[in-house]
This record gives sequence, C-alpha cells and structure tokens, in this order.
Amino acid sequence: MLLIYCPYCEEERSELEFRGAGDAHIARPTNIADISDEEFEEFFFLRDNPKGLIFERWRHIHGCGRFFNAARDTVSDKFKLTYKAGLPKPDLDATTPAAPVETYEATESNAK
Amino acid sequence: MTGANRIPGAGRLTPARTARFTFDGKSYNALEGDTVASALLANGVHLVGRSFKYHRPRGVVSAGPEEPNALIGVERDAARQQPNVRATVQEVFDGMKTISQNRYPSLSFDVGSINNLLSPFFAAGFYYKTFMWPKQAWKHIYEPQIRAAAGLGVSPKEEDPDHYSSRYAHCDVLLIGGGIAGLSAALAAAKTGARVILCDEQPEVGGAMHYDKSVTVDGVDGFTWAQKTAADLAKMSNVTVLTRTTAFGYYAQNFVALVQRVTDHISKPDRRLPRERMWQVRAKRVIIATGAIERHMVFANNDRPGIMQAAAARTYLNHFGVAVGRKVGVYTANDSAYEAAFDLKRAGVTVAAIVDCREKPGEAVLAEARSLGIEVLTGHSVIDTSGKLRVAGMSVARNGSSAKRNIAIDALLTSAGWTPSVHMFSQSRGKVAYDAESGSFLPGVYAQDCLSIGACNGTTDLQATIEEALAAGELMAKASGFEATGKVELQATNAFQWTGGMSGAAEGAGEDTTVKAFIDFQNDVCAKDIRLAVREGMHSIEHIKRFTTNGMATDQGKLSNLHGLAIAAEALGRGIPEVGLTTFRAPYTPVTFGTLISHSRGELFDPTRKTPMHALEEAEGAVFEDVGQWKRAWYYPRAGEDMHQAVNRECRTVRETVGMFDASTLGKIEVVGPDAAAFLNLIYTNSWDTLKPGRTRYGIMLREDGFVYDDGVVGRLAEDRFHVTTTTGGAARVMNHMEDYLQTEFPHLNVWLTSATEQWAVIAVQGPKARDVIAPLVEGIDLSNEAFPHMSVREGKICGVPTRLFRMSFTGEMGFEVNVPADFGPAVWDAIRAEVEKAGGCAYGTEAMHILRAEKGYIIVGQDTDGTVTPDDASLSWAVGKKKPDFVGIRGLKRPDLVRSGRKQLVGLKTKDPNVVLEEGAQIVADPNQPKPMTMLGHVTSSYWSENCGRSIAMALVVDGRAKLGQTLYVPMPDRTIAVEVSEMVFIDKEGVRLNG
Amino acid sequence: MADLATRTLPLSGFHGGSASASVSPAAPASRLSLRAKPDAVASLSAALGVDLPTRPKTSASSGSRHALWLGPDEWLIIDETEADLLTAAVSSGVLHSGTDISHRNTALFVKGRGAEATLNSGCPQDLSLAVFPVGACSRTVFGKAEIVLMRTAEDAFRVECWRSFSPYVSGLLAEGAEDSGH
Repeated sequence: MLLIYCPYCEEERSELEFRGAGDAHIARPTNIADISDEEFEEFFFLRDNPKGLIFERWRHIHGCGRFFNAARDTVSDKFKLTYKAGLPKPDLDATTPAAPVETYEATESNAK
Repeated sequence: MTGANRIPGAGRLTPARTARFTFDGKSYNALEGDTVASALLANGVHLVGRSFKYHRPRGVVSAGPEEPNALIGVERDAARQQPNVRATVQEVFDGMKTISQNRYPSLSFDVGSINNLLSPFFAAGFYYKTFMWPKQAWKHIYEPQIRAAAGLGVSPKEEDPDHYSSRYAHCDVLLIGGGIAGLSAALAAAKTGARVILCDEQPEVGGAMHYDKSVTVDGVDGFTWAQKTAADLAKMSNVTVLTRTTAFGYYAQNFVALVQRVTDHISKPDRRLPRERMWQVRAKRVIIATGAIERHMVFANNDRPGIMQAAAARTYLNHFGVAVGRKVGVYTANDSAYEAAFDLKRAGVTVAAIVDCREKPGEAVLAEARSLGIEVLTGHSVIDTSGKLRVAGMSVARNGSSAKRNIAIDALLTSAGWTPSVHMFSQSRGKVAYDAESGSFLPGVYAQDCLSIGACNGTTDLQATIEEALAAGELMAKASGFEATGKVELQATNAFQWTGGMSGAAEGAGEDTTVKAFIDFQNDVCAKDIRLAVREGMHSIEHIKRFTTNGMATDQGKLSNLHGLAIAAEALGRGIPEVGLTTFRAPYTPVTFGTLISHSRGELFDPTRKTPMHALEEAEGAVFEDVGQWKRAWYYPRAGEDMHQAVNRECRTVRETVGMFDASTLGKIEVVGPDAAAFLNLIYTNSWDTLKPGRTRYGIMLREDGFVYDDGVVGRLAEDRFHVTTTTGGAARVMNHMEDYLQTEFPHLNVWLTSATEQWAVIAVQGPKARDVIAPLVEGIDLSNEAFPHMSVREGKICGVPTRLFRMSFTGEMGFEVNVPADFGPAVWDAIRAEVEKAGGCAYGTEAMHILRAEKGYIIVGQDTDGTVTPDDASLSWAVGKKKPDFVGIRGLKRPDLVRSGRKQLVGLKTKDPNVVLEEGAQIVADPNQPKPMTMLGHVTSSYWSENCGRSIAMALVVDGRAKLGQTLYVPMPDRTIAVEVSEMVFIDKEGVRLNG
Repeated sequence: MADLATRTLPLSGFHGGSASASVSPAAPASRLSLRAKPDAVASLSAALGVDLPTRPKTSASSGSRHALWLGPDEWLIIDETEADLLTAAVSSGVLHSGTDISHRNTALFVKGRGAEATLNSGCPQDLSLAVFPVGACSRTVFGKAEIVLMRTAEDAFRVECWRSFSPYVSGLLAEGAEDSGH
C-alpha cells in the first residue's frame, strides 16, 4: 500500500484515502466543439502507458478532496513528486534508471 | 513423566508444569512451553506425517517455521479445526487434540504409500503430461481425482467461531526478528527516543539462543540476556515488543504486515480475545534481523523420520530438554553440526559418529570432538539410510569408494550449512547478490529504507553482529530524526567460529544417480527431478521451479531453494549467480484467512446503508432489495400475497388513488455559488440559464465521449443555489465527475458542490389523490396547480419541520417529493402514511416504481442505457441544448459513429401474446429462421407485467428502432420464439394529462 | 395541523465500548459544510465567531462551536447547541457556499486509554499525539467508510460519519474498542 504526499494536506497519507484519476496534463480544448475527429481522438482516447515515468492525476478523495498531479515510476511504483493541480509539468529527467525490480514477470519479459 | 526422552536438568521448561494432549487419539504428557514437535519427540514419536506425493513416512526436520514435514491438524472443537499446522511452531496446551495428515487408514499403515512404489510414473512434470487426453476427461475424471488425492489436511466445515482483529501502527524503526542482532539494534534505536516495534515469531525472543548455549552477553547466558533485554525494552513507553508475531509481508514504502498469534497457545482462551491480530505497520525505517536457516544434506533416503537439522536437535535438547535419539549420527558439511554432537554427548547421548564430507573440518571443533571421544570420519559421506518408520542405520563410505560401513543409529543430524533468511529483504524488492565465499545469497541493492543485520546479512561473528546491530539501530533512528544520547555497548562471546558449507547433492546423489535424495520434503522433489527438468528443456530457474514444484509448498522452499538452484546450475553448466534465485513472495509463512479478513465479516463485511424510514418499512412487512450498499423496500406484500400480487396492487393503487415511496437513496448534490448555472450548463446537455428559481428541469449528463452518464431532476432554489438529484447508484461517481471538471477544467467558476444525499429523507407521494394526502400536513406552500405547477420546487414546512417540496413525477401521475431533514423522515413518513391510508392508498416499493415509470417510457440510466447510448438513441434529443457553445460531451456527440445511421435506438416492445413477459437481456432478431449465428438487432432492456395496461410491456434497444415502429420482430428463446411488435415507449397517458391531476 | 414531527436519531439505542475505550453517540448538533476562498476567511470567521483554521489537519473551537479544516477551501462547522450556522455565514456578506448537513452527519465519541488503538483498528493514519495532537482533525477512512476524525483530548476523539454508515462505523468502533485493551 503506497504512501502518497498530498500537496494540499502537506503530509504523506495512506493510499486508502486516494483514488487514481488517469493521465495528467491533458487539457480539455477550450474550443472542443470545433476540433477535428483526429484531435478529439488524441485528446480523449489515446494514452501512452509508458514503462517508467508517468504523470498522472490523483484525488485525495477521502481527505481534502483535491485533485493533484503526481510523477510516478511505473516500474518501481515510487512517486517522484506530487504537485498541485494547475501547476506546469515539472522537468524531471525521464532517463533516471528504474529502481531494481525482481519479479517473475520482469524475468519473463527479459527471457530470450 | 513427560516423555522418556526428557533429559533431567536439560532445557528451560519447568518440570512441574505439565499439559496433556493427544496425537491421533493417543494421549501424551507435555510440559508447558513445549511445541507439539518437542512433546512428541520427548515421547519418542518421530513419525508425524506422510509426504504429499509418495506418502513416505516423515518425521520432524526442524524446530521452527521452516518445517516441511511435521504438518498436523489441531482441533479444539468441531468448528475449530486448523489443518497444516507446523508442529514445530504450535505450542501445546492442556486438552489439545492433534492429528496426522495425508494418511489412510493410519499413519503407520497407509495405502497411499503405493505411490512410493509407483514413483517411476510420478516423475516431475508427470502432471502436465499424463492428463492430456481425452479432452473431456480432464474436467470429469482427472481433475476431480487429483483434487481428492491432492492437498494436505482437511478444512473445517463449520463457520469459524473465532474472531480476528486488525490494527494500523506507525513507528520510526521496525525490528523484524528478536535474536541477539534484533534486540541489540532495538536497544540502540530505542535509546534515542524513536518509536520502536520489535516483533519475533517465537513465544520467547532470543533466536539462535534457543539452541546455542555457549553464548554469553555482558557476562550472562545469551538466552537469559535476551529475555531481560526484551523485558527492559517492553517497559519503555516508546517501544512495543510483540512475540508470537511473524512479519509475513513486506510491501511498498515500508508497509509491513505482521500476524500476532494471541490465543493459539492457550488452553481456555478468553473469548473476548481475538485468535490472531494483524498489525499493518508503516515504519520510517526497517531493520531486518531474521537470521539464517540450516540446510539439510541431500543424499539417498535422507527423509526417514529421525533425520533432522543438527541445530534442531540442539534446540530440542537445550531449550526443551529432549534428546531426539539415544544413539545419534551426525552428517555434515560444516562445523556447526559438531556442536550438536558435543551438546548431546555431554547430555549422555551416544554419538555414533560424525560423518564429515570435507577432508578438513575446522580445527577447533575437530579437537573438541576428539577430546570428547567422538569418532569423526572426515572425507566420508552417508550414502544411504535404513529403517522403516524411523531411521535405524546409516551407510557410510569414504568419498569415491564403494566400500560401505553400516552404523546403527536412531537419529541422524545433518547440516549442509546456513542459508541467510533474505525473504523479507527480497519481498521489499531489494536485489540479492551471490557471495561465493559463503556460498549464499545476501542483500545486495536495497530498494527501500531498510537494513539487514546479523546472519541474514551474512555476518556470522557474534561480536561483529552486535556491533553491526548497534550501529544499525542508531543509524536508522537517526534517519527517522532521532539523535543518540550515548553509546550502547555490549560484549559477547561464544564457543566456536564455524567454517564450511555446501549446497546441492552430496556424495552418491549426484549426476547419473536415480536415488531418492530429497531437496523439497513437502513436495517430494528429489535432486534427480531437477536434472530431469533441465533435460526436458527448462532452463530458467522459474520454469524449473514450476515444472518440479520445488519450493512451491507451504514452506516455500526455506530448506530446498538453494539446493535446487545448485543442482540446476550444475546440470545447466552455469554458475549459481547466472542461474539466479526465484523471487520470494508473501506470506513468509502461511496466514489464516481469518487474519487477512479480520473485522470484515458478517455485519462488518461491507457497510449496509439503510434509509431513515427503514424500520417503519420493515414493520409494514416490506421485502428489501440490495441496490449497491443500500437496502431499498422492494414491495410490501400483504397477508396471502405473493410478490406478483403485491406489485400489481401497488401499481394499480398509485394510478387509482395514491401511493407513497421512499426515494431517500437518490443522490443529491447542492450546487452553490454565483456561477452555479454556468457550471451546470457545462455539466448537463440542457440549458440552465433560463430556469427560474422555484422551477425544476430534467437534466442529462454525458461523458466527454457523448454517451449518457447520468440523469435526474435539478431544482433551482435561488439564483445561486441548485438542488441536483442523481440516480441512486450514480451518486458518488457523479459527485466525483462534477468535482473533477470543476477543479481541473473549470476552476475559474465561483461555485461549490456539497453532497446532500443523506441530509434529506425523501418521500414520493404519487397518484390522483397525492395533493389531498399532503395538503393537511403542509404549511406555507400553495399546492394548487396554478401556484405550484408540475416541475416546481418550494420551501416551506411539513408536519412543522422544514421541507423542500418538489412537484415532480416518476410515475406519470400527479406527484410530490417531500424532502425533510433526515431525522424527521420517520415522523413525516408516519404522518403521510396515515393520510395515504385515509385516501385508500398504499406504500409501494422499487419494483412498482420500475413498472410505473416503464409504463410512461421513462428510462433508467444503467438499465436502459449501458454506457454506449446517446441522448438521441434514447429519444432524449430534446434535452440537448442545440445553441450551447460547450458542455461535456458536445464534441463526442459529433463523432462519426455517434451520428451514423443504423444505431440502436430505445423503443417499446409489445409481445403478440399480451400474457408473455419477455426476459430482460433477451436478444432480438428480424428472422427467427435464419441460420446461426443469427444477426442480432438488439436486446430487451426492461420488461414487466403491467397490471395497469393489462399486458406485458418492454423497452429495448433495436437497430433503427424508431423506423421499425409497428414491425414484427422476434425474440428467440431456448424453448420457443416470441413474436413482438415494435411500439412507442409510452404505454399509458401519452398526452400527459394525469401529471396535472 | 399535524403534530410537530419528532426526531429519530440514527444511533439511538447504540452503546458499545470496553474497559479501555467507550464508544457513545454524540448529541444532535448543527453542521455546516462551508466553502470559501482565502479572502473570505476573515469575514466568515467574524460572522461565525470562530477562527476558520487555514493549516491542514487543524481545527479551532470557540465554546461549543468548532471549525474543522477539511480542505484548502472547505470547513466543517459544528455547533453543539444547534445554532443556525447557515444564517450566521450568510451575515458575513462575502462570497461563500454554505450547505446545511446537520442531518447528513452523525457523530460518535471514543474515549479512554484505548481510544487511539480503537481508531487504528480501521484508520490508517498515525494517531500518535506527536502527529495527531489534540485539536487535529482530518477526513479519512475507517474500514470501508469515510469519516471525519477530530481529537478532542489526549484520550478522546469525535468521529463524524454519514448517517447511513453509522451502524457500520459504530460496529467497527465497538470491535476496535474491545481489542484496544489487549
């Protein structure tokens, strides 16, 4: 069970108080009614699902109720940073090596 | 007498304190503090179980949680029967009943042992190859047979009468393991003032001190020092010492799960105590001091009862005062086993010989053996054993020679060396590294804020362990923000430094041999099985593990993993580190379901939500249905009525006179602020600017993809205050959906949302006499059609308490929804109920509500829609504001797939035979005689018997449904085909005149 | 005209607890969910007669009135004398949202040396005095329910929950209280 630092409560809290809310920094177009099918597809349907650093939204739903953003490593499951909604995407070095991980699944994916 | 093998003066148990227990019906005496294993051994019982696959006789191998063989059933009463209990861990209590497992009809004569003779047919992987054909046989023959034969122990049939508890705890430093290392580290950490939790799986702390009597710490015996230190620690307000407590899972960010066994050792426990308590510990820092586990030697027939770890024999002697044999042999690859021989010899036991496969044992132990007059055969190996239900002899040969010497023994103590317990470290996702010098895997790269110390970190010297532990305790406390105020210093001595150790098959069990040299006792895996797996093409250790099942039993390979790995490495011609270790997984030792569930059972399994009027409805005889966590009154049967009759009466009554309905579970959100209307414009497809205070409107909410997400009536109470209602099931997610948009897309709006679902009790009063019913109770609101038309809201009083009174209808009748502060709900319900009674009406439940709304073609989001339905599909285009510049879903509605022709549209269905009621979910086709698979046009979403229409009615999603009005379609069912006519969705009062009363 | 409707309290008849922790329902109180931006805090504090706290996890009390910080723009105001909080907030004259939730919530008191352990049977927060001192408050979870927790004394907490969750919350508190003494 993760510990998540809520940027509004200024404290680490149990994951039980939070709910994930998908990718961050995907702004709803202000002219959404006028965008093309391709632009809508990009905005609404397509996500990268990266292995490694991901920017995502969480809500402290059973705490202060605020949505905020987080940078998390999907391999080590570690949060690198959380920050308030509306703040720009932080410049984190995406090449930071993932923490060592030893799982059967990881072994499998590396198997020749 | 507590057993013929109890040695007077040996051990730490109190001779006067005895307990009686039974094993397979036979009664034995034990001492308080005995484990079942020590008590049985004291009574000369070595045979305690049959192995899983071959049903070979098995005895006690260890004195701890790593035990693979001595798994027993423990019974307190009919409901309290615990299978697969490790006899080496379970403490004896007076009156306990224990049974052996995996044998029939008896432990000493077991028909399943035929498997041993048939073992050539049960080689590793047999399971995967044998039961392939014919295909049907797997499900009907093989699997049931295997299930009957497989598995150890028998589960109790009754509900578990015990209770279990759970507790979250936080600390600065968590110590896993209460041996010398853990205690020393705890002392150093606790002295800084840091919050410390120390847990140890045994009843008493001390770890290796249970067997090693040669240690002194600060001038006192090691075990005594450990008890005193634990007692001192427990007195400190910042320290919690938990014994009989196993850390079984190490999760992200130092979240460690412990299980504390509270009553399993007590004869007549206080029933208020939980049987077990789970501790969910969040530690700033963790110190792992889990010690090491002794490996057995791998040689032919090394599994006979009486063959055990050398250190286990020392524990039985030095802690429990039990000699495991009267003439013991020792077979070892390292020095530690010598000390077992010394201790036993000094206790008066005959040591037949120490067989050491090494040419050069440690000089100190060799000298001591000689001075004690023990024969030591260096460069020799035990190549076989004899004995049926207990070991009776060992065959010893010089390495490389075939000349055997048979030596009579009644116990054989073996040691291949020590495996550091890196389980917790590995679970923390730390990466282990192979240390060639010690031949073991040690903590390598750390993934979390933890440290390993002592034997689990490869530190073997006692004083070095203490120094390491004290430094770790201070360091980890400091890392949690605490400063040391003075050094803790401890001096310790012990008898011998140990050398040696091996892993893999010993002499006579190597390549090209076919002997049964067991590496995994519990799963009956032999050295040759590993080699077979490699020959069959398994080259990854993970595949070898699964093919052979090595390490996959409940002991998770605590003894076998390293042996299996070494044999695999040899067969693969690779080094041990290249082959690598399988991942350790939680739980470290088996954990009961009761503990994992803890409080979440019975009434506390999940919150059961009841409305304020629940008790009154129950008193009226309501039958309830589950709607999410809510209990809702489903129908109110009267004497002699079945559900059908009750529902028909309720439906008829609402249209003829009046009915009342508990609508409290509907979601309610109060939307407040100067930009409230602007916000609702964005969230709903409708337009809200034009809604005047005091009026209400039905609104539809979409997701961004254009599909219907929720609906409900929204009332405007003031310019800046709206009372929004949602579906019962949608309340929480609609609130989240609205907060999401408000906080992240439209944060510039001055508006706030508050859930008010439970602030209000809601009583719907529907029917021609609805106004008559509430009129005598309402104050301050003109109820006339002119002053209070359909789709309005007023604030006033009912029964003298404040109400938000809605004029609205989900039945098509004139209707009101009375909202009162929830605590007043029951009193107001009672008052309305009395008026309804006078008017000849009744209370109705959710089933009648569903039918009444279907008669009017009102949809239920989530029943008639499924997340792929647009407003147009549901004939709700009128509710979409055509001139609005933006709302959630505006762009999604223009997607090519949503505007194409041929979409499924919601329509009514009337069966040709009015008495036939369709099944919800049934598929619809144009031609029932077409070949299968048929082209399906849609499905039935709602279907009921309508008493008011005198026929069945249904709603359905049908391709181009609105263009098919009047056409005949078919609903194929398993036993018949039902002809239906496509109709409009409104079955009653198309003009809507009844709404105005 | 009908008789004045009487109140039926969600936890009427409940009693629980153990020698180490008592669990008892609180008396009815008026409650306001108050939402406002920082510039309205001073005026609202004056109007309500209690200083709205602006630090996370803190509360302020004035007599029988309590203001609990729940989020950066959200407070739970509780008045144990059932005073009209909505009208008081409106009298501030500043932009805010007030919603009456007096009947939405109900409350329990947990008191005794085992109070902390009782709450920790279902609440994952660190409730030690250093981290959750007297006056601290937080919306959090208790088992499978959401609660608002406030520490009223070293050995006492007020637990607020939605009314329909109160049988679950009181039941789990009772089990936690039983276990807290051991």
